[in-house]
Amino acid sequence: MTALTPEEWQVLVLSLKVSGVAMAAALPLAFVLAWVLARWRFPGKVLLDALVHLPLVLPPVVTGWLLLIAFGTNGPLGRFLAEWLGLTFIFRWTGAALAAAVMALPLMVRAMRLSIEAVDRRLESAARTLGAGRWRTFASVTLPLAMPGVLAGLVLGLARSIGEFGATITFASNIPGETQTLPLAIYSALQMPGSEWQVTRLAVLSILVSVVALMASEWLARRSGQGSAHHAL
Amino acid sequence: MPFDVAITLRRGKLRLDYAFRTEKGGLTALFGPSGAGKTSLLDAIAGLARPSEGHIMVEDTVLFDKARRIDLKPEQRRCGYVFQDLRLFPHKSVRDNLLYGWHLAPPDRRWMDLDTALGFLGIGHLLDRRPATLSGGEAQRVAIGRALLSGPRFLLMDEPLASVDAERREEILTVIERIRDELALPILYVSHDRAEVDRLASRVIAI
Repeated sequence: MTALTPEEWQVLVLSLKVSGVAMAAALPLAFVLAWVLARWRFPGKVLLDALVHLPLVLPPVVTGWLLLIAFGTNGPLGRFLAEWLGLTFIFRWTGAALAAAVMALPLMVRAMRLSIEAVDRRLESAARTLGAGRWRTFASVTLPLAMPGVLAGLVLGLARSIGEFGATITFASNIPGETQTLPLAIYSALQMPGSEWQVTRLAVLSILVSVVALMASEWLARRSGQGSAHHAL
Repeated sequence: MPFDVAITLRRGKLRLDYAFRTEKGGLTALFGPSGAGKTSLLDAIAGLARPSEGHIMVEDTVLFDKARRIDLKPEQRRCGYVFQDLRLFPHKSVRDNLLYGWHLAPPDRRWMDLDTALGFLGIGHLLDRRPATLSGGEAQRVAIGRALLSGPRFLLMDEPLASVDAERREEILTVIERIRDELALPILYVSHDRAEVDRLASRVIAI
């Protein structure tokens, strides 16, 4: 495979930017949602659970359309964010990132919720009697024990966001250099006759990105010490 | 007065009343059959369960007083709680388990350092191990060490021989006797074993 063309570079960099921003935004939100669903009891919890899972079960086109209604120029959230934060989403890379984040969220919440539920709360009470306040207990006991699930959620979310197609093309459209991520570029190339070589190059690129992301997450898991702890157990 | 407890605990419809005071020195055993609520009482003293009525005082410090609306958080009570199920942190080495409370205690409240604890309990060779690789007796000694190193003002021990096999009982009993005799620390000791209580306790409270 020869070096990348400027167009391919553009697609690659944009894809990484979109997925990176999507993960940075979705990670804290997913963790908070996972925590609330795992630990809190409140009326309407079933509803929140269903809402979080919606992008997982809806056709992505429908999710994209819902995003269009909510975050469009005249949508309630879209207008609010444009006025107060100067954030616009339609036909912009930020829209692609939003779509990727929304589609990745349910997978991330599921993995993290399971791992938070699996943390033995008796260990937390032990930490409290040893002098740790709530935050210290969270940081030194709960979070490290839940970390494998957090990382698993991150990997699932990243994979989902890199591959996101339906909601992105519906909501943010397919604009080269702005919202055309790898899957969208492959789709566009497929539409042109005689572009098999281009499609192949983009597909290989996409495989490479996924493999590197997977290896990076494996490295992260090892570095956090959880890998070895789990083998020991 | 080491322990001055008069509380009511509610578990569903069940109502449990406890009232006792202890004299200075030695080990006080809470003796009674399984399911009598002994662990619930220790949890309440540690601040892990909230009584519906009453007061808890240890060494003339009020830990809980319903009438005066005092309810110290567990981390403020300075209690060394040796749990029946040990609750060692599985993701930390033995060293980090032992030093967990020690690091959190202000320096002037620490009255034991790591080396002393290791010698006292004979666990110096275990420092780099993970709790999952320890035997019952070893894990029990680490749990006791972790509680002592946190600089507690009193000890709560919940059936510390429960997870120890018969050959190791003597070892742990000796450790507890040394804590009782050398450390001038008020100890509440929960057990359902008469022989154990007769050997260790300066006084017995039936639950």
